[in-house]
Amino acid sequence: MYLYDAFDRTLVAERVAEFRDQVARRLSGELTEEEFKPLRLMNGVYLQLHAYMLRTAIPYGTLSSAQLRMLAAVARKYDRGYGHFTTRQNIQYHWIKLAELPDAMADLASVGMHGMQTSGNCVRNITTDQWAGVAPDEIEDPRIFAELIRQHVTLHPEFSFMPRKFKIAVGTATNDRAALRIHDLALRLYRNGAGETGFEVMVGGGLGRTPFLAKTIKPFLQKRDVLSYVEAILRTYNQFGRRDNIYKARVKILVHELGPEAFAKEVDAEWRSIKDGNLALDAAAVAEIAGRFRYPDYEKLDDNPRELAAARRADRGFDAWMGNCVANHKLPGYAIVTASLKPEGGTPGDATATQMDAIADLADRTSFGEIRVGHEQNLVLPHVAQRDLVALWRELDAVGIAVPNVNLVSDIISCPGLDYCSLANARSIPIAQEITRRFHNLDLQRDLGRLHVNISGCINACGHHHVGHIGILGVDKNGEEFYQITLGGKADQNATLGTLIGPAVPYAEVADVVEDIAAAYLELRQRPDELFIDTVKRTGVEPFRERVYAAR
Amino acid sequence: MTSPLEQKKIKVTGPVVVTANRAGDGAVVYRRADGGWSNELDAAAVVTDAAGAQRLMTGALGDDRHAVGPYIAPVKLAPGGQVRPGNLRELIRRGGPTIELPAAPRAMPKRDYRIAEPVHSQA
Amino acid sequence: MPLVESGRIVEDRYRRVVDDAPIPERVPIIVPASRFLADADELIRRDGSLGVLWPNDRRVAELAPWLGHLALIALDFPKFRDGRAYSQARQLRETYGFAGTLRATGDVLRDQFHFLVRAGFDSFAVKKPADAAVFAESVARYSVSYQPSADGRVPALRRRVRAAESGKTV
Repeated sequence: MYLYDAFDRTLVAERVAEFRDQVARRLSGELTEEEFKPLRLMNGVYLQLHAYMLRTAIPYGTLSSAQLRMLAAVARKYDRGYGHFTTRQNIQYHWIKLAELPDAMADLASVGMHGMQTSGNCVRNITTDQWAGVAPDEIEDPRIFAELIRQHVTLHPEFSFMPRKFKIAVGTATNDRAALRIHDLALRLYRNGAGETGFEVMVGGGLGRTPFLAKTIKPFLQKRDVLSYVEAILRTYNQFGRRDNIYKARVKILVHELGPEAFAKEVDAEWRSIKDGNLALDAAAVAEIAGRFRYPDYEKLDDNPRELAAARRADRGFDAWMGNCVANHKLPGYAIVTASLKPEGGTPGDATATQMDAIADLADRTSFGEIRVGHEQNLVLPHVAQRDLVALWRELDAVGIAVPNVNLVSDIISCPGLDYCSLANARSIPIAQEITRRFHNLDLQRDLGRLHVNISGCINACGHHHVGHIGILGVDKNGEEFYQITLGGKADQNATLGTLIGPAVPYAEVADVVEDIAAAYLELRQRPDELFIDTVKRTGVEPFRERVYAAR
Repeated sequence: MTSPLEQKKIKVTGPVVVTANRAGDGAVVYRRADGGWSNELDAAAVVTDAAGAQRLMTGALGDDRHAVGPYIAPVKLAPGGQVRPGNLRELIRRGGPTIELPAAPRAMPKRDYRIAEPVHSQA
Repeated sequence: MPLVESGRIVEDRYRRVVDDAPIPERVPIIVPASRFLADADELIRRDGSLGVLWPNDRRVAELAPWLGHLALIALDFPKFRDGRAYSQARQLRETYGFAGTLRATGDVLRDQFHFLVRAGFDSFAVKKPADAAVFAESVARYSVSYQPSADGRVPALRRRVRAAESGKTV
């Protein structure tokens, strides 16, 4: 993982000092809220229903155990003993006091963490695959480029006051685990026909009121040109993005209104004037960043040790966990472990300080001190030796994060919703909780197979409901909570927006509807191994619509 | 519960208060008739017309040193005169999330907001 | 509205010419964009420093033919949240090589000083006197920046590479 040096530490420390001054000026009245608000947003400080919320950046979802311990400590000291992992690989604290924020930020800064640019009209956390660096199907570690870009856009003088936020994702694997095409800018590394590696550049994705999938504006960009090309895109957006209407201010609207070709031409014209300047990435610059990533000192281990198979036979619980939470590592003898933060009746993505400390300890003992956060709101231990799996499972189970429901119907992705968020129209967490209760039977979940449920409490779509296999969107109908249901969305390399199946249903019926959809799938599928999403694709939503609305 | 952050023109069709979040810690507060802020909804100034609401809002907006993001929120008046939140959003703001917090030392009880009884305000 | 240049509050030498008002002789003037473009040939021949106030929604490429005759370009921040002039400034400095005075006008507040300097501005019509007084301190708030930018500071990436090359660890 990336190691901060004196420059990184200095920048973060100076940022904390600046914010401490800004908070003091706010509390003394020297700064009005109108002046203070964009400043606090640039540090990830929101105002929610009950309190301020601090969003702390976890760059490309990578954490050290020391950092995770500090996240736990901040939860205990300044919040209510827990944190929430988000769909952008960040963490949120829901109960922060403004007056205490500078101290909390200083604590986080001591382990190289901050909330810079987790909010505001700037470039946000650059996200990637939670299996970066260890996935068998990746070409190179995407985090190198994510870090290069992260540094470049941090406190960038030109791009700190853009029309709206700007979200970037980087992917380098065959299977897209980073939901690339729902981002403002996606960079997909691949090998072309000539065997060269370069980036497909896609712009204009985004969910919310007007969902779009990103369009390819440059099929093959040399690595050398990544920073200058990103600069050209940001400059084009900064100058021509709409500023008259906050709902039309994202780059997806600009791409849509100009058309992808015209947008690409603007970018290209700008790019040509800067591409050979000081943003050209020479090998030394890339090597410098790459060199600051520390990789584990892996051992040479045998794959699939016999004890593992024996343990699976001996214990059904371990076997279930192995079959669900453990994925192949690119190296023999190692494994990628997902720790589910989706317990029955729990809040998706929440972890207590106790759980965070436990995972940090386990990471030290079994994962070379490294943890990942996925956009599906689960945690990952990326470097686990297979011989450690049994012991690891017992310890994860002891703190409630070994539920073998990853990618199953109870592995719900959900925003915080009206229980926390001032933008929400409806609650999302109780909906998620009820669904997990209805499907608590793991045999049923396994029979249903991979089934992504995404819940958003408002049209801002922080739960990514548009790209859920089952998408649930909370709306306000005359003061009552109602929910629109979509089917058939996908967030992977075949990204698709879901289809609305009918009128919104009331709060009390949403879990019933999900049960009806699941039952319909079981009847409609051609084979037990035809995935839910493939059945929906084959049959269309009509048979599901009929089933759901037959009695409503 | 359409977010009141989208409020533009003041339209008052029943009893309302002005509510905001305290600047220092974000706690929910209500505008008092005497120009201050209170944690308690019962101490809030209740008005029933746009002019009254506008007066309260003007005062609130000018006091952003103490409270942030004021807006007009509906309330219900109980027969005994107590002031109750007028929609689910305000119920949640006053009473806290409707779900158990994962690690609260005194876990907040799960609330069923279909019950007519007022929920206890946050300590 | 105090003017800050070279880190201090200074008198504004320039006279703002409003719309159709007559152009004063010999003194430095700032002319609005439409007036400038309409009378450019005359204005560049005039004796006295010439400045233009350029709106943030017009491409600076339109000014390119005249840059050699302009002593000052004033760019506008209608609200500090509207950051288009940062891009204009960088293009003027870095793409077109404009070497005259670049002035930030409009909603110019202290929390944007270090961004403005690094975008290439060197003259600041500051909204609040209190902010003008702390200009130097605000700009010095960040000793490190990641990006190469107009204030000439060596960005972090290059400093590291140089440090690595010279054998120093950071």
